[in-house]
Amino acid sequence: MDPQIIIARRVARELKSGNLVNLGIGIPTLVANYVPADLKVFFQSENGLIGTGPIPEQGMAHPTLTDAGGRPISALPGAATFDSAMSFGLIRGGHVDVTVLGGLQVDAHGLLANWMIPGKMVPGMGGAMDLVSGAKRVIVAMQHAAKGKSKIVAKCSLPLTSARPVNLVVTDMAVIGFPGGKATLLETAPGISIGEVLAVTEAELAVPDSVPEMQI
Amino acid sequence: MKAVSVEEAVAMIPAGASVMVGGFMGVGTPERLLDELVRQNKTGLSLICNDAAIPGRGVGKLFDAALVSKLTATHIGLNPKAQQQMLGNQIAVDLVPQGTFVERIRAGGCGLGGVLTPTGVGTLVAEGKRQIEVDGQPFLLETALRAQYALVHAFLADYLGNLAYALTARNFNPIMAMAADTVIVTVENIVPVGVIAPDHVMTPAPLVDYLITNG
Repeated sequence: MDPQIIIARRVARELKSGNLVNLGIGIPTLVANYVPADLKVFFQSENGLIGTGPIPEQGMAHPTLTDAGGRPISALPGAATFDSAMSFGLIRGGHVDVTVLGGLQVDAHGLLANWMIPGKMVPGMGGAMDLVSGAKRVIVAMQHAAKGKSKIVAKCSLPLTSARPVNLVVTDMAVIGFPGGKATLLETAPGISIGEVLAVTEAELAVPDSVPEMQI
Repeated sequence: MKAVSVEEAVAMIPAGASVMVGGFMGVGTPERLLDELVRQNKTGLSLICNDAAIPGRGVGKLFDAALVSKLTATHIGLNPKAQQQMLGNQIAVDLVPQGTFVERIRAGGCGLGGVLTPTGVGTLVAEGKRQIEVDGQPFLLETALRAQYALVHAFLADYLGNLAYALTARNFNPIMAMAADTVIVTVENIVPVGVIAPDHVMTPAPLVDYLITNG
């Protein structure tokens, strides 16, 4: 299975009925595709919408109905629109139950860096810093390693997104949590051993007696 | 409110002015005013806008024409021209978290000196800012943001200047309409007074200084 799809399917299992959820761009966007149809989840787009729907059919796009990347979307029955102060009031005010974000690095204490690579890529933080500061649960969805280099690091070398640690990291190899502020291996992906995860993880991971296989 | 042509409105804006522009990735942006800023070659603008859009669209046109000397925004990653101009030191860029950006503008429009936000504490964003503890929680003091001009785009305006916005094109527009000395508005539709019901007015008429007439 495609690594991105493994991640998206596993993250989707974290969402509960009634949750207000904000998905970042990249792998997080894919999560919506794997939420069971009978699960009533509200997806927020931070440009001012709760109740985002799928990409409209050919010829049905409207220029004033887009996602945060400016791409056409639709709105589900029961959707609500609002201005940016309301949108970020929802985010910073703890009304968003779960945010799923991409990551460049997560460190051994759960601190996330995902908004710039000094001297190389300075796009701006957009809404990421508010989402990590304010959402009730922060889940990072990212590949375990990039070009053979662990993205789960002892200490972030890139600028932090927030001083608040994330709650869960889901990669194509593992699920990692931070009970007591310490990176802990919670699950391994199908066909991946604990040893294989530890071998490609820079941060020290606590390994409990039982590490179940990821359900996807 | 005064109804004016787009040429008259832009002629009032001097080169080097501070200008807030509504829109999110070019959605809900006053395109006609931006086209006219380019046509009248208003250089040295201090631009306050969520993002730099993309070349050829929204405020992206201002970067195409190299009219911007200072930018306050939350994200410019999708406009390579804005990135080049930033890395080449042609424009000074202040990157601000999006929730902080909108609250600073809201504060500017509501008579507040600023806001206290947890966003950015312990990051590069905190550099040079006052950190204040409230009930044991750290917050950053983020100061109010205003501009000489707000360029706003709405879906409907009535003859008095009451405004209503559409779907995700609302974004920063109603907030910016409160935070500038002069507010200039383009709309999709100008309608008779009464067409927008009182409960559906999102920006009340007294906030609008100039409404751009149909071309």
